[in-house]
Amino acid sequence: MRAVVTVVGKDKTGIISKVSTFLAERNVNILDISQTIMDEYFAMIMMVDLSRASVELAPLAEECRAMGEKIGMSIHIQHEDIFNAMHSV
Amino acid sequence: MFNYKDVLETIEMVEREHLDIRTVTMGISLLPCIRATAEETARCVYDTVCKKAKDIVKVTGELSAEYGIPIVNKRVSVTPVSLICAPFADKAHLIGKALDDAAKELGIDFLGGYSALVHKGMADYERRFIQSIPQVLAQTERLCSSVNVGSSKSGINMDAVKLMGEIVKQTAGLTADRDGFGCAKLVVFCNAVEDNPFMAGAFHGVGESGTVINVGVSGPGVVQHAIEAIPDADLSDLAEMIKRTAFKITRAGQLIAKEAAKRLGAEFGIVDLSLAPTPARGDSVAQILEEMGLECVGTHGTTACLAMLNDAVKKGGVMASSRVGGLSGAFIPVSEDIGMIEAAEKGVLCLDKLEAMTAVCSVGLDMIAVPGDTTADTISAIIADEAAIGMINNKTTAVRVIPAPGKGVGDQVNFGGLLGRAPVIPVHNQSANKFIRRGGLIPAPIHSNKN
Repeated sequence: MRAVVTVVGKDKTGIISKVSTFLAERNVNILDISQTIMDEYFAMIMMVDLSRASVELAPLAEECRAMGEKIGMSIHIQHEDIFNAMHSV
Repeated sequence: MFNYKDVLETIEMVEREHLDIRTVTMGISLLPCIRATAEETARCVYDTVCKKAKDIVKVTGELSAEYGIPIVNKRVSVTPVSLICAPFADKAHLIGKALDDAAKELGIDFLGGYSALVHKGMADYERRFIQSIPQVLAQTERLCSSVNVGSSKSGINMDAVKLMGEIVKQTAGLTADRDGFGCAKLVVFCNAVEDNPFMAGAFHGVGESGTVINVGVSGPGVVQHAIEAIPDADLSDLAEMIKRTAFKITRAGQLIAKEAAKRLGAEFGIVDLSLAPTPARGDSVAQILEEMGLECVGTHGTTACLAMLNDAVKKGGVMASSRVGGLSGAFIPVSEDIGMIEAAEKGVLCLDKLEAMTAVCSVGLDMIAVPGDTTADTISAIIADEAAIGMINNKTTAVRVIPAPGKGVGDQVNFGGLLGRAPVIPVHNQSANKFIRRGGLIPAPIHSNKN
């Protein structure tokens, strides 16, 4: 199963490193990554593969939220289908 | 890979604009539960509902986490109970109690279907069932009730309309200590739909299959935000924007509905795309209408704005889902919408304007507090007017009014939570007594003869 991780917040050093380490520790494989700075705000979108992940998506979403709070960013992970459904005809 | 704009738009809709799945409602047929006695039937009803819906709270919680969209309510609708207890209508309260107990056991917020369909005629067992409604609503917490008194095909059963005026009054009286809260759980319909996931009017029609999942999506805040983004657009462009927004919201609903049905072992029923407000600021249908250019909802122009909104929402929704059903459109419950509450407090939004609005939106006079001394005849007359709008225009209309016990114009009722608060607004004091007492059937309109 594939999911989309989004990380949004004020830019600072080490965000990608922290998030990717966090994901690697849970055996979540990053397939694609794209990052930009918009008006001093950091925005990153990752496509990840959860087929070998050590955690199910629902609890992982909660862990991501908590991780985000810890590093002062807003982190979401959502099943890719929600974006497919809403943004493609 | 998705682009930033799309991904961040979805997240923004949820975080800032109150996009949510308003309800996942499981429709359950109770027809196989009919037994020789009321007691045995009640037991089977309880067991069936608890068994079929046992995972609804768990599964919706998982879906919400996985897709990152809040699912606000988990509900169950059942076969109209008047059919289940026809042989023992005097003991219908036992079924009501069993359903309420099941709702508590499951941890769902409402269970709908303590209902009767009497749009053409009312059998003796149906009359006795309807007479049980006030007591049952006073003694239960999560059970909702509805009665269908008219349809475009059959006309309006004015004997049922007369009875329902009295039933609404009795329900208010028996829940007087809670501002007549029982009436918030009671809807009188014309052209009731069989797959509506929204409360208080949900029931599981007899034409439905055994167990289905119907989903209601919402998002007045998302539509309002979309309109804000194009302040100088003309109305054609505005309608296009509303359609596009409705499309996205409905697609999210369709995804959740299909997945929920799969995981709960039920059939996918319908997606009901309704703009259902909550008392939170920024989650209001009234504020959409004001964003379209009205100083205050209820003023001249309100009906036209609402008509356009309702139609654009439907068009976007129909394109987005393989099965659109339920009520699908804009809801205008006064107590549940901060913009409506404020307009009613200012005296701009009155009952007559609300009635006109119901001719072009998806439901009817909803969650409106009227003076406690409003007579049963007047409530029946309000129901008759609303049913007439539904019957002639081939649409669902409903009345959910609360004659607030001991309260008059200027007072307020407060139900808390999603049901909100409402100022008591005036009704006309001139009697419709003679009209209501005539009874009989208002014949179906000429355009119902399509065979």
